[in-house]
Amino acid sequence: MTTPPGYRVVIGLETHVQLKTASKMFCRTSAAYASAPPNTLVCPVCLGMPGVLPVINAAAVDLTILTGLALHSEIPPHAKFDRKNYAYPDLMKWYQISQYDLPLCVGGWLEIDAKGETRRIRITRVHLEEDTAKLTHVVGDDGQPASLIDVNRSGVPLMEIVTEPDITSAEEAMAYGLKLRNILRWLGVSTANMQDGALRIDANVSVWPIGAEVGDTKVEVKNMNSFRALGQALDFEVERQTALLERGERLEQETRGWDERAARTVSQRTKEYAHDYRYFPEPDLPPLEITRERVQRLAEQMPELPDAFRQRLTGELGVASADADELIEDRDLAVYTIDVIERHAGPAAEVVTWVLQDVRRLLNARELESDDMPISAASMAQLLALRAKGELSSTMAGTVLEEMFDSGKSLEEVVAARGRQISDTDALADIAREVMAANPQAVADYHAGKDRAVQFLMGQVMRRTRGQANPGKVTELLRVELDRDRGE
Amino acid sequence: MADDLFRLTVADAGDALTAGDISSVDLTRSVLDRIDAVDARTGAFLLVTADAALAQAEDADARRARGDAGPLLGIPLAIKDVLCTDGVATTCASRILEGFVPPYDATVVARLKDAGAVLVGKTNMDEFAMGSSNENSGYHPVRNPWDLSRVPGGSSGGSAAAVAADECLAALGSDTGGSVRQPAALCGCVGLKPTYGRVSRYGLVAFASSLDQVGPLTKSVHDAAVLLEATAGHDPRDATSLPEPVPDYAAELDGKVEGLRVGVAPEYFGEGIDAGVASAVEDAISILKANGAEIREITLPHTEYALPVYYVIAPSEASANLARYNGVKYGLSDPQADDVDEMMATVRAQGFGAEVKRRIMLGTFALSSGYYDAYYLRAQKVRTLIKQDFDTAFESVDVIAAPTSPTTAFDLGGRTADPLAMYRADVLTLPASLAGLPAISVPCGFVDGLPAGLQLIAPPLQEARLLRVADAYERLRPASPAPRQAVGA
Repeated sequence: MTTPPGYRVVIGLETHVQLKTASKMFCRTSAAYASAPPNTLVCPVCLGMPGVLPVINAAAVDLTILTGLALHSEIPPHAKFDRKNYAYPDLMKWYQISQYDLPLCVGGWLEIDAKGETRRIRITRVHLEEDTAKLTHVVGDDGQPASLIDVNRSGVPLMEIVTEPDITSAEEAMAYGLKLRNILRWLGVSTANMQDGALRIDANVSVWPIGAEVGDTKVEVKNMNSFRALGQALDFEVERQTALLERGERLEQETRGWDERAARTVSQRTKEYAHDYRYFPEPDLPPLEITRERVQRLAEQMPELPDAFRQRLTGELGVASADADELIEDRDLAVYTIDVIERHAGPAAEVVTWVLQDVRRLLNARELESDDMPISAASMAQLLALRAKGELSSTMAGTVLEEMFDSGKSLEEVVAARGRQISDTDALADIAREVMAANPQAVADYHAGKDRAVQFLMGQVMRRTRGQANPGKVTELLRVELDRDRGE
Repeated sequence: MADDLFRLTVADAGDALTAGDISSVDLTRSVLDRIDAVDARTGAFLLVTADAALAQAEDADARRARGDAGPLLGIPLAIKDVLCTDGVATTCASRILEGFVPPYDATVVARLKDAGAVLVGKTNMDEFAMGSSNENSGYHPVRNPWDLSRVPGGSSGGSAAAVAADECLAALGSDTGGSVRQPAALCGCVGLKPTYGRVSRYGLVAFASSLDQVGPLTKSVHDAAVLLEATAGHDPRDATSLPEPVPDYAAELDGKVEGLRVGVAPEYFGEGIDAGVASAVEDAISILKANGAEIREITLPHTEYALPVYYVIAPSEASANLARYNGVKYGLSDPQADDVDEMMATVRAQGFGAEVKRRIMLGTFALSSGYYDAYYLRAQKVRTLIKQDFDTAFESVDVIAAPTSPTTAFDLGGRTADPLAMYRADVLTLPASLAGLPAISVPCGFVDGLPAGLQLIAPPLQEARLLRVADAYERLRPASPAPRQAVGA
C-alpha cells in the first residue's frame, strides 16, 4: 500500500513485551505461565488478595534497562512506579502497577530499512508494568455466554516500548516491529512471539492532508496478533481515514480493534468514553534509584546486536548479504554459526551455507529450536574439516550430520562406524576396473559415445564402497580406465 | 489471683507464667470468660476464636515445659480485624468481606504466633479503618468501657475497648491518621504508632498505604515495648519496611527524663481543644519538668493543614486500594446478577458503608484528570512542609508533647451526622502520621470521669526514646483514683 497522494500518514507504535524472567513482576510466583494449566501459577499477590504487597523483581528492571541501552535510551537515575486505575475483570486489583512520568528508559532510537534507505525511528520511552489475567469468552454449559479468567498471566513482567510518531507506512511499521523483535531476541529479554502474546503491537494512526498541520487526533488500533495483521490493519486504517477525509469528514479520536476475519478495524471506544486512569505514585513501592554502576554493569553485559553482527558477517568474514540477513533472523543459529566459523579453518561462507541448508533443514525436520542444537560447535567444525580434507564427501558429511543429530553419538563414533571417504587412487582404480568388468554393456555404451554411462558406473562404485568412495576421484579414474580400455 | 487473671498486664502475666504460678490455659480461660461476661456490652470483638485460642495456649504451655521462654509465650492477645489471619475470617468490619478467610497470615500475626502468643479473636473497627468512633463498623458499634453511651474512638475502637475492659492482655491495631492513638486515649490505654516502615504492612488490609502502620494497644508502656519488639523489623514482603535492626525496647526503659528536651507547640493547644484535656496534658508536662526535663516552646506552623492534606491523600490511596473488592474472587458476591458489570456494581453498592463510599468518591475526585495537580499533588507538597516542620523542631527538642485527642470520648451518635466534626477528632494525630513519625498515647488522668491521653512524638526510628519517656511518665504519674468502669469487675 502506498501513501495516498496529497496525504501524509503518521504512525506511532506501542509495543508490549513479556519479559523472560523466572518469577513474576511483583511476587515470587513462576512467570512460565504459557505451559501451565489455568490458575495454577498464582499467589495472594498476583491474585490481588486483601492486604498483600508488591515487591519489585530486580531482574525485570535489569532486562528493561538492557533493552533501553540497546535502543540508545537514556537511563535516568530516578524512576518510580505508579498506579493506573481502571475497572476490568482481568485486572486483579482494579489498578495496574505501571510507570507514568518517571519511566526506566527515556528517548532513544531504532534504525530501520525503508525502501533501501535507513530511517531512524525515535523511541519516546521504555517502561515496566505488570500483565493482566487472561479472559476467554466462551459459551457456558447453560448455553449462555460466559468469560473464563486465567490468572496465571496476571503479574507477568510487561515492558512497553513507545515510539514517536515517526512511522509513515504499514511497511515501515512492520520493518520496525521485525527489527525490534529481533533485537529483543538477541538481547534474550523475551521470546517476543506474537502468536503467544509475548509481543503485542498497538498503533496510533492518523492521516493528514499535506500542508495541513498534524493535529492531536489519532486512532488507536489494537488486537493485531501477527505481523501480517499489523500490516493489514494499518493499510485498512490508512485507507479508511483517507476516504473519510476525502468525503470532507473529520477524524474522530477513538480506539479501534482489528477484526481478523472481517479484515477490518472496528470502533471499540470513542473519546467521550476514554479512560481517566487517575495515575498516582504507587505508595507500596519506594522510588527506584538506578545507580550508574548498575547501568554500567548492564552495558557490559550487552551482547552483540544484529546490526553489528551482520556487519561482522558481511565485512571481515565475507558472508553474502542475503545469507547474513537470513542468519540474523535466528539469533541462536547466528551465534552458533559464528562459533563454528571461529573454529573452522576454511572460508566462513562454507560454514554459513552448511548451516543455512543442511543444519537448518534437519532442525526443521526434527522440529527443533535453534537453541536445542544437538551438536556442539566444536564437533560441527571438525565435521566440516573432514569434509574439507576430502575424508568425507558432501553426501557422507550430510549422512554423518544426520546420524549425529538423531543418535547423539560423537563425530568419532559415527565416522568410525561408517568409515571415511576412500580417496586412495590404487584402491579406487581396482574397484573401477572390477565394476567395468562386471558391466560390459555400460562400457560399450560409453565407447559408443553415451557419456551417461559414466554416471551408471559411478553409482556401481558407490554401491560397492557403501558410499565411501570419493566421487570426484571415482569419476576421474573411471574416465582414465574407460579411455585406456578403448585404447587397448 | 486466679479469678481475675484477665486483669494482668503482659509483663505481670509473663512473670506469673515464668514462675509457674499459672498456665497459659488458665490465663486464656480467664480472658475468654471475661469476653463472655462483658463483650455483649462493649461489642469489642467481631469474632472470638475460643477453641483455637485454647489449643494455642496448650501449645504455649507445652513449649514452656520444653524450656521455651519469651515475653509473649502464652499471652492472650486480640487482633484488629484489618489484619489477615490464616484460616480465620477477616472482614475489616465490612460487609463486602463477609465470609473472606485469608489463606495467609499478616507478617505481624505470624511473628506473634512464632513468639507463642495466644490469639483470642478479631476486634471490631471502623469499616476498612475509616472512622474515629467505631460507629462505621458494618456489623455493630463498639462502646467505651468507661461509659457505654460513649464511643471508644476509632478506628481501632474494638482493640482499645478490649484492652480497657480486660478482654485481652493487649491488642494490635492499625493507625493511619490516629487510629491507634486516639482510641487508646479515649479508652485509657497505651497506644503506639511506630515509624512508617518500622513494622511490616504485609497482610494489613490497606486503607492508605503511605500512612498505614500496625501498632500495639496495651495496659502499660512496657507492654507496648514488648509488642513492638515482637512485631517490628524488616520484612522482604513489604518493600516499604525499614532494614534497621530492632532494639530491645523493654530493656531501655530506665525511667529517666533528666536533661530530656520536651517540645511544646502552641498549635496543639489552640481552638477546639477541650480545656480539661489541655489541663491534664499540661499537668503531665509539668511532671516531666519537675523530674528534670527541659520544656521548650516550639512551633509547627503547618499543623492546621494536616487535616485537609490527610483527607486528600488518604482517600486518594483508598480509592485505589478498595477497588479490588468487586465480588469476583472473595467476600460478598451477587450470583443473581445478569452480567459481570451489574454484579460488581451491586456488590460495591451493598457491601460498602456510607463513610467508605464517601472516601472512595473523595479520592476518585481528587485523582481525576484536571484535579490531580490542584489536590493530590498540592497535598503531597504540603505534606512535605509538615514533615519539615518536625525536622526543624527536632533540631532543638528530643520529643514533642501534646494532647492525643482534642476531647475525651464523645457520645455515640453525637457526630455521625457531621463528617467534618468527626474528622476533627484526628486533628492532633494526623501531623505525625503524615510525617511518618513514631508517636504514642499514654493515659494522663481523667476529665469528668473519662480518660485523657498524652501524646508524645519522636523523630523517625526513635521508638526507644519515645517509649522511655512514656514509661518514665507512667511511673511518675500520680495514682489518681480511677473511676469505676461501666463494664464493671
